[in-house]
Amino acid sequence: MTDLVLENVHVRYGSGASAHDAVRDVSLTVGSGRIVGLVGESGSGKSTLARAVVGLHEPHAGRILVGGTDVVRARGREAAIRRDVQMVFQDASSSLDPRMTVGASVEEALAVRGTVARGRAARRAEVARLLETVELDPARAGDLPSQLSGGQRQRVAVARALAASPRVLLADEITSALDVSVQGTVLNLLRKVQRELDLTVLFISHNLAVVRQLCDEVAVMKDGRLVEAGPTTRVIDAPEHPYTRDLVDAVPRLAAPVDTPTLHRGAVS
Amino acid sequence: MTMPRDLPAAAPAGPRRRRGALLSTLRSPLGIVASLFLLTLVVLAVVGPLHWGETAKVAELTRLSEGPSADHLLGTDAGGRDVLARMLTATRLSVLTAVLATLIGVTLGVVLGLIPIVAPRWIARAVNAALGVALAFPSLLLAIVVSVVLGVGAVSLTLAIGLAMAPAYARLAQTLGSSVAGRDFVAAARILGVGRFRILTRHVLPNVRDPLIVNASIGAGTALVAATGLSFLGLGVQAPRYDWGRMLNESLEGIFVNAAPSLGLAGAIVFAGVTFALVGETLSRAFGLHQPSRRLWRRLRRRPASPGEQAAPLSVVDDPVLRVRDLKVSAPRGDWWATPVRGVSFDIGRGEVVGVVGESGSGKSLTCMAVAALLEEPLEVTADSVCFDGTELVAGGRVSGQTSGELARRLGTRMGFVFQDPSTSLNPALHVGTQVAEVGLLHGGLSRSAAHERAVDRLDAVRIPDAARRAHQYPHEFSGGMRQRAMMAMALMGEPALLIADEPTTALDVTVQREVMALLAEINEVKGTAVLFVSHDITLVASFCTRVLVMYRGAIVEDLSTADLAAGRAQHPYTRALVEAVPHLDAEPGAEFATIAEGADFPTEPVRSRS
Repeated sequence: MTDLVLENVHVRYGSGASAHDAVRDVSLTVGSGRIVGLVGESGSGKSTLARAVVGLHEPHAGRILVGGTDVVRARGREAAIRRDVQMVFQDASSSLDPRMTVGASVEEALAVRGTVARGRAARRAEVARLLETVELDPARAGDLPSQLSGGQRQRVAVARALAASPRVLLADEITSALDVSVQGTVLNLLRKVQRELDLTVLFISHNLAVVRQLCDEVAVMKDGRLVEAGPTTRVIDAPEHPYTRDLVDAVPRLAAPVDTPTLHRGAVS
Repeated sequence: MTMPRDLPAAAPAGPRRRRGALLSTLRSPLGIVASLFLLTLVVLAVVGPLHWGETAKVAELTRLSEGPSADHLLGTDAGGRDVLARMLTATRLSVLTAVLATLIGVTLGVVLGLIPIVAPRWIARAVNAALGVALAFPSLLLAIVVSVVLGVGAVSLTLAIGLAMAPAYARLAQTLGSSVAGRDFVAAARILGVGRFRILTRHVLPNVRDPLIVNASIGAGTALVAATGLSFLGLGVQAPRYDWGRMLNESLEGIFVNAAPSLGLAGAIVFAGVTFALVGETLSRAFGLHQPSRRLWRRLRRRPASPGEQAAPLSVVDDPVLRVRDLKVSAPRGDWWATPVRGVSFDIGRGEVVGVVGESGSGKSLTCMAVAALLEEPLEVTADSVCFDGTELVAGGRVSGQTSGELARRLGTRMGFVFQDPSTSLNPALHVGTQVAEVGLLHGGLSRSAAHERAVDRLDAVRIPDAARRAHQYPHEFSGGMRQRAMMAMALMGEPALLIADEPTTALDVTVQREVMALLAEINEVKGTAVLFVSHDITLVASFCTRVLVMYRGAIVEDLSTADLAAGRAQHPYTRALVEAVPHLDAEPGAEFATIAEGADFPTEPVRSRS
């Protein structure tokens, strides 16, 4: 059982007069084997929160617990728990080393983990297995990221994260750089591996329709704070906080014309 | 301006392609010259002392300081020795000093420069401070100080120049390294628990290597000149050893009597310096740090673009504001022409709001930029006709990116363009008001103050709060939504008949997107400006436009009304697939996401759903 619990997490950039609180007092629980969506606009602090969870930023205050262990203060042997939390980034063309073959990228993640057989052949086989898991031809292990399509690259990024055998996976806008035709494939893949491996997933997105279809629960962030959280259909279909309502209303719909409630007409002349 | 998003990704840069690029650069005139020069220099450095070493030692005491003769092509020196033989013999020491000094400088520089990236903060600060001081010191002065401290001689000369070069390379390595270290793949490696040293060697170094090698090669030329200079001053190589610098010093005494030795030595120094620079330039081309030459494009242009697939528009409008017939855009891809836009034809009526949807690489952005005469070399735009507001843009079968005179004025005042990325579409160094006013100055015939006044009025019209004050702010002081509105204010400086909006809200949040869309709708409604709205989001297009053009692989495959689209009457399989692939808020939670199979082939034949 590995859940992700955030307790009063506070992330601050800079110090003194220029200090900026990107995340303020956020408490959130992602239950074991659940997918929780985190939505909000740019600057709301959702990506900063994710980076704090994986250790790229140190929180200013609060605790981040993975399966009950505080990952921020874990030292020595306990620190290995940090590898239980992996992240898939928004843009795979920047999250994969352009000079490394995709096989080598995945293999590096395996080598660090060190749990898999040490032999070269065994590692190769494991890389092939992981590429197959993300529905990529293992023969492409020798390709550089630039030789793959955007969707294929993002699947390699998922494979690399899986190579570390994580218990918790953070997905930070993983489809926003992709075409809509490719988006579905990556999302279906994420759900498939989440179910097979019983992963705990924090899914960060600005796309409410995707969140509604994918996530069990959703949390809404604004200006570094959590303004609303709950079961996805409840929050999105019947939002309580005015900001959530605003977000839902702003989603374009096929049949409805743009609604312009906030603007008066006639200034352009 | 950013590169259009719709350009298909560049050809893969695999190891094979890398080798191919090096080979093809080597076969270019530059590559051939550089190789020949380098070969000559290397051969001389290796063979020089072996072949001419003995001759160089022979002192003919009867022939001191003689001018050029058949026996001594560059004459003899004060000791009666053959200058040419000595010069060729000295090649090894001169070149070796330069190369070794560069190696020392680059190695030291890379180590110093990359330390701050992985070291604890206090070490990083100390190294940075030291580098700052070292950089403030003129490097030749530094070399002189070091060589005096170390004692004169060839070894200390090499060390001195190497040390003097290190700070500049350290700063270069640091700048390159920090930009790599800030990228997501380094973050991903850190999350995986990859060690700092390994991150440095496996991820950072390979990604900064190319520019460093190129710089080192060019830097070797500088090192050679510096070494020669120090030896010339007597701070370098000491007798009985000699390099070009020392020889130059010795030859100087008799320069008015016998100029040949000095000229010969100067020639040798220039030759070596040019060789290093050419090698650097060649490597830079081979690593792709350079744009391909214009000559290559010209050679390519002789190849015809692929024949058009579609000439007739799918629907025709009476008195259109924009009429496009058989528009093609070609782009050089290595040594062949790609045609990302393959003969599109369409009309836009006056005051009509038309959407263009398609995925990346479908050619939608290129089409719009071509229509606005914004595409320049190396892209090639051809068309039967592009008629905007009664003005024909096609001349000689091409649409040129260089417009002037009446045409430029017409495009500037009657056509507006809002780009995708508001952070790059405004000049960061100029006040927003100044940039908005520019249209009025250039094309509206307004005075500076009148143009500024109108700019403030236009900013106010697009609801920039406190427009008079905001006009004096820089783009970075504006939010993304406000920058897009400033772009619209720019369009509204004239009386636009058409506003082209290329993914204007893709970089914006949904709530801001709604405001921008509302403003576009209002401009259309109040001023009767036609809008060509480009987006990858078919839902957004459908919610805003009255008619939709669907682009797929460079062709328009369907032209249908939004009403038909919303009612599910799209006929082209690609349009249907695209609509289905968009996740919507009414989907069943937990349901599979609709996908378009990778490599799926849809027909590029258009369907005619409007009759």
